Parts: sequence; structure tokens; C-alpha cells
Amino acid sequence: MTDTAVSISGVSKHYGAFRALFDVSLTVRKGERVVVCGPSGSGKSTLIRCVNALERHDAGTITVNGIELTDDLKTTERIRRQIGMVFQSFNLFPHLTVLENLTLAPTRVQKIAKVEAEERAMHYLGRVRIPEQANKYPGQLSGGQQQRVAIARALCLRPELMLFDEPTSALDPEMIQEVLDVMTGLAKDGMTMICVTHEMGFARNVADTMVFMDGGKVVEIAPPERFFTAPQEERTRSFLSRILSK
Amino acid sequence: MTWIRKNLFGSPIGIVLTLLVAWAAWQIVPPLWNWAFGHAVWFAESPDACRAAAGACWAVVTTKYRFLLFGLYPYEDQWRPLIASGLFVGLLGITCDRRLWDQRLLLIWAVTLTVALFLMRGGVFGLSYVPAEQWGGLPLTLVLSVVGIGGAFPLAIVLALGRRSHLPVIRALSVTYIEIVRGVPLVSVLFMASVMFPLFLPEGLTIDKVLRAQIGFILFAAAYLAEAVRGGLQAVPKGQYEAADALGLSTAQKLRLVILPQALRASIPPIVNQFIATFKDTSLVVIIGLYDLLTTTRIALTDPPWRPYYVEAYITAALVYFIFCIFLSRASLRLERSLNAGVRT
Repeated sequence: MTDTAVSISGVSKHYGAFRALFDVSLTVRKGERVVVCGPSGSGKSTLIRCVNALERHDAGTITVNGIELTDDLKTTERIRRQIGMVFQSFNLFPHLTVLENLTLAPTRVQKIAKVEAEERAMHYLGRVRIPEQANKYPGQLSGGQQQRVAIARALCLRPELMLFDEPTSALDPEMIQEVLDVMTGLAKDGMTMICVTHEMGFARNVADTMVFMDGGKVVEIAPPERFFTAPQEERTRSFLSRILSK
Repeated sequence: MTWIRKNLFGSPIGIVLTLLVAWAAWQIVPPLWNWAFGHAVWFAESPDACRAAAGACWAVVTTKYRFLLFGLYPYEDQWRPLIASGLFVGLLGITCDRRLWDQRLLLIWAVTLTVALFLMRGGVFGLSYVPAEQWGGLPLTLVLSVVGIGGAFPLAIVLALGRRSHLPVIRALSVTYIEIVRGVPLVSVLFMASVMFPLFLPEGLTIDKVLRAQIGFILFAAAYLAEAVRGGLQAVPKGQYEAADALGLSTAQKLRLVILPQALRASIPPIVNQFIATFKDTSLVVIIGLYDLLTTTRIALTDPPWRPYYVEAYITAALVYFIFCIFLSRASLRLERSLNAGVRT
């Protein structure tokens, strides 16, 4: 089981009477790129938010790198430190500069020296191609730049797994590509990734596995070539025809 | 000229209003000016000079300023509260400099307050001991407000966080405290601090009156400040908590490094509002027999020959309050501007 990064098994989640996830199972190998898609409200965001315990699942088990996610605070923090998360709304810290956003967790959580953290931050800013913005505040950057900073911030903890929660949904169309380029670069470097996204072109390019969710359930899991050309399920077909015709 | 023509004489009604206001100003300003400056008596050996003059008698202030400022503090030692007052004002000024907002500021507060209080109290380094009951005037006002604010602030943050805690007991305690303290007048809090509180102390242990009033102020201001801070906490989006969680920050780190800096910035206006209110509220300590700035003014006027000149004395006291409040208000505006530099949300 050493090559399993994330193992989700029989996970359910309710908000009151509303069933957000129902008996979801999914295994992600190390180095695997998984793209999760589905109509809004299908539970795909909830699923990846359960993986780093931003949401608490009610039933089933989630294991990350062999550690099972429990209510225990220490376990939760330990798992979170191995996972980088990128949000739809960036969630950069507006009162800190770009560089401070990137060095905050390495210096406070991993307790590495400030100089080293800054070196690392500049390295990742270079990778997302905006090292010249290091001393600006997030509010001074465009949406696309902010999202790339957010990716760099997540990378600074050297995570083994990256979660992307609709990273391009809040962006203006002309900025989507720059973010997708960075994500594609990450995928090429062998990062384990779970991406919730509607960008089917990106999915076709980088995904090893496509997951289609609807109504809180996993409807279909398939490699992209089969997923896009010969989906097995009716609901997958109708979703794809709607999203690809746009 | 165009501005004048457009704004003052732009329409028939505008012309009439402009002339009316000009006439009213002509009726009011010159006599007021003559009273306050033209015919005023600034210095006088005795009130007789004032009685002869037609203008204001500022001599009441210049003659009695030492008592107005320092109350019953021993006359020859009044340089001590003077320096202490300077320290308090400097402390407020330094606090408005955001570059010092880290552990250094805590250290500065601790050292400055200790020095100022020992200076006032004496009993060390050859300084004669002056009991707190003899403190009065401006230094007392400053001690009560600055220490009150400094003490209330951390308590307010704890209360505000407690009110948002998901632990029911902590939340209930915070809500109860805030609602009870906000629900009673400051006067009754001061009465309780001064009359009832000593009853609960073990026999033989006494706490002086100033300290009791001080505790009353801290407890009172904290309840109001807590609500100001809570408002700021609500202004921080949920995504900020999630981002901090996702980075693996502990709860304490998340609050200290991510949430509170943003929450406090959002609540600067109501916080300064409370600071100014606390500063002026110190005049209520008169009811428990302490001599703040306003009380020393009133006592100075019990001197019969000077009594007719209460207007001048009270104007001066009001002016002192005004100067401090405007200083706080301007400093906070400057602070807001420096905090917003580079932040566009």
C-alpha cells in the first residue's frame, strides 16, 4: 500500500437533512492526477475538503499517506501539513505581502529559518513566474497572479499532495490559461493532484483518472480517453455534452 | 473669486443666506474675540484686576494652573506627575506607529507604565512616597484612561474570541459578562469597585481607591471593546480561516498571525471611539472622591474671589480634553491610512 496517496472508502457527509456525499470511495496513487467533475452541488468540493479535514465526514474512512483522518487535532494538523490546498477564491492573506504569505507557514509550522524560507518562496514564485511581485500586497495583483501566488504558497510546504478546488472559477477568462499552465507544469513534475475543475481541456491533457460525481455519489471513474470518447453512464454523457458544447 | 460667486452668491436665496450669516457672524465674532482676547486679563495678582476689566479672566487659570493640573499632589514634587504625563502621551503616540507592532510594543508599554507609576508613587530611589489618594488632575485622568485602555484591550480580545467560541460554556461566560457590564452604567461599576469590592477582600487586605477605580474602568471598557473587536472578527471572511487551517497553522497561530491582524484593522474606528469615550469617562471618578482634571477645576473655583470666573476655568478644562481627544482621533486616522497602504480589497 506504499504507493497509495489517498484512500477514501465509504465516505458519507450530511448537512442536516441534505446528503452531500453518499458512500464515496476513491483511491489515488502517488503521482496520480485525478480530475473530479460534475454539476454544481454534486459534492465534488465537499469531497476534497474532507480530504484535508476542512469538512468532517460522518461515515467511512479517509487515509492520507497511511495516516487515518480522525477527530484528533494532532493527526489533523499532521495530515494538513502534507497537503497543499488551492481555493476558488485564492484566500491569500491581504495584510501580508506576497513573500510573507509564502514564508508564514514554513517559518511557523515547519520552523525553518527565515532566510531559507525566503529562498524557498522565491524559488516557487519563479516557478509560477511572478518573482517580481514578491513585495507587493495581494490586493495589488490581478486575479490570475493571486491564484498563482496561492499555488506557490501551498507548494512552499513541500506537500506530497495538492488539492485544487475550482481554481479557475473565480477568474476572468483571459487569466484562466496562466493558472492552468502552472498546474500543467506541476503535473508534469509528478505531483499527486486532485483537481475539481470544469476545464475539460486541462483535464484531457493532464488527468490520469477522471471522476464524475452527481448527487453526492461517484457515478463514473475512468481514464480520460475512455471518459471523453465512450462514457459508460447516461448521466456522464449528458453532463459532458452540456459542458463540451459551451 | 469664481468659487465665491458660484457658492455664496449663486442664487437669490444664496445671496440672502450669505448676507444673513455674515451679519450674524459680525454680531457674534468681534464681541467674542474682544472678550476672549482683546479685553482679557491674562495674569493678575488678585481677582480685582479681573473685576475692573471687560474681558475674560484667564488669570484664574494662570494663577491656579498648578492645582488644576496636579490637584493635591505635593507642590514641590509636581515635576514627577508632569514627566509621567509626558510618558503617557508619548506612549499613545508610539502605539500609533505600526512599525512597532510586535513584542517590542508590549515591552514599551510595560516599561513606560512601570516607570510612570513609580514616578508618581515614589517610595524608591529617594523619591518621597505619594499615596494614590493624593494624585489628581491631568496625570490621574491619563493614568486611568491609558492604563484602562491598555488593560481592557487584551481582556476585550479574549472576550470577543470567547463569544465566538464553539465551546458553549466559554461562549455563555463571555456573553454574560459583556451583557451585564454593558447593561449597567459606569457610575454603578465605579461604586461597586469602590464600595462593594473591598467587602469581598479578606480582612487586612486593602487596595487603594485609584487601583479600584482603575479595575472598574478596565472591566467596563473591556465589555464595549469586546463588541468592537467582535465586529472586526465578523469582517474576516471564512476563507481566511480555511486557508490558515489548510497550511497547518495551529489555532493560536491562526488567530495571532492571520485573523486578529485583519479583525483589529477592521475595527480601528470603533476601538478609537471607545478610547475617546474612556478618556472622557474618567471625569466620573469624582463620585468616588478622586480628583480628576474636571474635579480639580471645580475645587479650584471654591476659592470665593475667583468663583465668578468659572466660565474661563471650564473652557480651559474643556480645551484640554479636546486637545487630547483630537490627538487620538488624528493619530488613528493616520494609522488607518498607513495600514491601508498597499491593501486594496
